[in-house]
Amino acid sequence: MKVRVTVSLKNGVLDPQGRAIHHAIEGLGIHGVQDVRAGKLIELEVDNSVSDADLETMCKQLLANMVIENYRIERVASQETV
Amino acid sequence: MGVFRSAVITFPGSNCDRDLAVALEQVCGGEVLRVWHGDAALPDKVEFIALPGGFSYGDYLRSGAMAARSPIMQAVIEAATRGVPVLGVCNGFQVLTEAGLLPGALLRNAGMNFICREVALTVENSQSQFTAGYHAGQQITIPVAHHDGNFFADSETLDRLEGEGRVAFRYAEDVNGSARQIAGILNAAGNVLGMMPHPERMIEAAQGGSDGRALFESVIKGLVAS
Repeated sequence: MKVRVTVSLKNGVLDPQGRAIHHAIEGLGIHGVQDVRAGKLIELEVDNSVSDADLETMCKQLLANMVIENYRIERVASQETV
Repeated sequence: MGVFRSAVITFPGSNCDRDLAVALEQVCGGEVLRVWHGDAALPDKVEFIALPGGFSYGDYLRSGAMAARSPIMQAVIEAATRGVPVLGVCNGFQVLTEAGLLPGALLRNAGMNFICREVALTVENSQSQFTAGYHAGQQITIPVAHHDGNFFADSETLDRLEGEGRVAFRYAEDVNGSARQIAGILNAAGNVLGMMPHPERMIEAAQGGSDGRALFESVIKGLVAS
């Protein structure tokens, strides 16, 4: 089974990368973008034996730094193109 | 006390480990042991542990994130808990926050640029075992070389760090966007110091200055006295 973990910066944490991307978007001549926040997408292929608790542990202890980041876990049906 | 023994931990991608070992040899003397990240235990009777700068594991995931989970770190955490002094410089500081030995996190520099230059620091706490050789308010010059040096913690944590005298060094001016211009912090017990600037690069005149020397002297003097 595929699992998709999205890691994003918490509100209030400065995201200079997002700001630079925002600036570059404006450079494309596209206006109306209010804000840009950059995060990470981590895809895992896991056995069915991997529990939700295991996934939480992975996220809390490694994939996200809970001081600055939030995470979201989604189990994705294998046939779906990730 | 027998021969003073210190240890420098090397992770894959560390690049200031030799500089740190030279500083320890020249200023603290004794035996400087080089320890590999994959080792499960520290050598016996290590009295001072130093985590070097560099780009451990290529900064994959987050700076210091992989290194913080490497086998040797369990032994470092255990030693730190026993009160062994632990110094983390630059990437070493990032590793210490990722390992939970120090609060907060080091974010990308606010200006996005890698910053490599000498900076002025103010010594905030001159009572710690790392800073006893300085006086409070002293201005010193130490180089920085980092991309992720922007110290972040929530305001409660920042208030606590300041209230407990755990801010060891502050940048004299805004360098990288760090909260309250914090450049280095101590743990609650005072035996773990993490700092972005590189004191090991300022131990003799040939390096352009020796303002970092007192940090290593403070540690060895403190240990000899105890």
